[in-house]
Amino acid sequence: MSIKIAGVGKRFGDFTALEGIDLDIATGELTALLGPSGGGKSTLLRIIAGLEVADVGSVEIEGVDATGLPARKRNVGFVFQHYAAFRHLSVAGNVGFGLKIRKRPRREIKSRVAELLELVHLSQFADRLPAQLSGGQRQRMALARALAIEPTVLLLDEPFGALDANVRKELRAWLRRLHDEVHVTTVFVTHDREEALEVADRIVVINQGRIEQIGPPHELYDHPSSEFVMSFLGPVTTLNGHLVRPHDLEIETHPFDNAYPGRIERFNRVGFEVRLDVRLTEDDQAPPVLVTLTRAEATAKALELGVPVWVTPVANASKVRITTPPTLASDGLDVSAADSVPQPTFS
Amino acid sequence: MGDTAVSRTTTQWTLRVLVVGYLTLLVIWPVALVARETFAHGLAPVLDALRQPEVIFAFELTLSAAFWAVVINTIFGVGISLLLVRYTFPGRRTLNALVDLPLAVSPVVVGLALVLVYSGRTGWLGGSLEQVGLKVIYAPPGIILATAFVSMPLVIREVVPVLQEIGTEQEQAASSLGASGLQTFVRITLPAIRWALLYGVVLSLARSLGEFGAVKIVSGGVAMRTQTATLLVEERYQQFGAVNSIIAYTAAFILALIAVLALVVVTSFRPDKGTPR
Repeated sequence: MSIKIAGVGKRFGDFTALEGIDLDIATGELTALLGPSGGGKSTLLRIIAGLEVADVGSVEIEGVDATGLPARKRNVGFVFQHYAAFRHLSVAGNVGFGLKIRKRPRREIKSRVAELLELVHLSQFADRLPAQLSGGQRQRMALARALAIEPTVLLLDEPFGALDANVRKELRAWLRRLHDEVHVTTVFVTHDREEALEVADRIVVINQGRIEQIGPPHELYDHPSSEFVMSFLGPVTTLNGHLVRPHDLEIETHPFDNAYPGRIERFNRVGFEVRLDVRLTEDDQAPPVLVTLTRAEATAKALELGVPVWVTPVANASKVRITTPPTLASDGLDVSAADSVPQPTFS
Repeated sequence: MGDTAVSRTTTQWTLRVLVVGYLTLLVIWPVALVARETFAHGLAPVLDALRQPEVIFAFELTLSAAFWAVVINTIFGVGISLLLVRYTFPGRRTLNALVDLPLAVSPVVVGLALVLVYSGRTGWLGGSLEQVGLKVIYAPPGIILATAFVSMPLVIREVVPVLQEIGTEQEQAASSLGASGLQTFVRITLPAIRWALLYGVVLSLARSLGEFGAVKIVSGGVAMRTQTATLLVEERYQQFGAVNSIIAYTAAFILALIAVLALVVVTSFRPDKGTPR
């Protein structure tokens, strides 16, 4: 195990940021800490880095108890959301900072910096100041700077959060490739499920200071252990007291099996996808059920606005029984009218 | 649209005339008069005045007192700024308010207060200091103290906003890369605040050179012993005779010149308003 966290808790005044966190991270793994803002994931990352001190519990890095070690002695590479570039140093100066502090010979620093700038595709910018770089370039510089010290673990705090959507997509694919090349144990914090699902080997879902579930992306997506994980990892809708993914629903214009009858109340085409709101006959007070399918399927089944339909989950659909009172859950979990990912609100 | 453009330029011009007129009447015109009086009889009397031992002594004393006051203010100024911005502790707000006290309180009061503490005969600390051989009041240490007190806020008020603006992330990044506290300060924090610090230092240097009230009270103003340049100006100005007047004007002119030069140099050096790039 590269990182071993046991019983970690942290409070800020009255606010409990983390409680009873136990987490093992294997060497060479790329792990995402995923959760809503204010859930405690950044605090956990900062505790691993030594930038924050846990009230209780212990942190072990590569078999060494790091609980009481200051950040500078942990040999941890940390990448900040807002880059934390040293503004008065050139790109090369930034990347070489950690090596300079370690008093490495000048020639070694030079070649190592050149190597890293090559890795992050910034060779031609070596003499520029950070202010002359774009956000994406600055973050790549920060990454090279963190990698320069050959860290035992690499920690990234919302590394792409301050970048615009296109750059973000590009950089996360690039981070995945980089990790496959460098193989350093990496933990990154994100509130973007797509980022976590796409990049990580393993996802740790953190909410309200606690770990909700740990597992590989597909396992979390297919077998969520709670309503929260289910709704945080993808779109959901409610059918017969269960949360179901809208694309896991089978829909026909005739009765079949134990399908629920209803009527198409809204027909919305978004690109290749068709999104339907189905008002159930049995329970017309409940919010409509959201069904998504491809345009071809919708055409083949002759689905149109106002048509009577029957819906049921497909055989192997991931489902979670709703246990929380509907008043609490409905706001965040019901996406029948929303086209975007639900951002569960737990205020 | 044309109307608003016209009225905008009218407003602009009115404002400009007002500002320039105000500055002229308050600053430029009076200072220019000092220069004119100084050179009213040509360069020779000015050079004569500059050769007077009292004048030379006064400027030497002023410069050394200002130098030490600035050194003290730089060290403590940066320390207090870091304390105010980076740490929360009981009494922080009070300290923050106290920092501005020297700007608010009359220098004469500062002088009197220092006498109460450090006077060899009556001060509650001065007696013991004099026993170990350190005379403060009516001596250069008193002048340095008074000058440092009066110019204390200038460094702090320049550095604090920049420290707040740069935040702590760069420092955290440095420490995660292995830098100790001192290394972080020297390599990261100090370069980030350098322009603000330089500006604060020059401001307090200019202020220190010109301090009068507090120095007058703590120094006694004895020629060739504790008389600084500003005290010399006052003394000679009040005495009769053309020679004395020339000395007063010459000293005043040089004080103004140093201050203006310092500000010009720093303003031209500094890239832009406080942005560390």
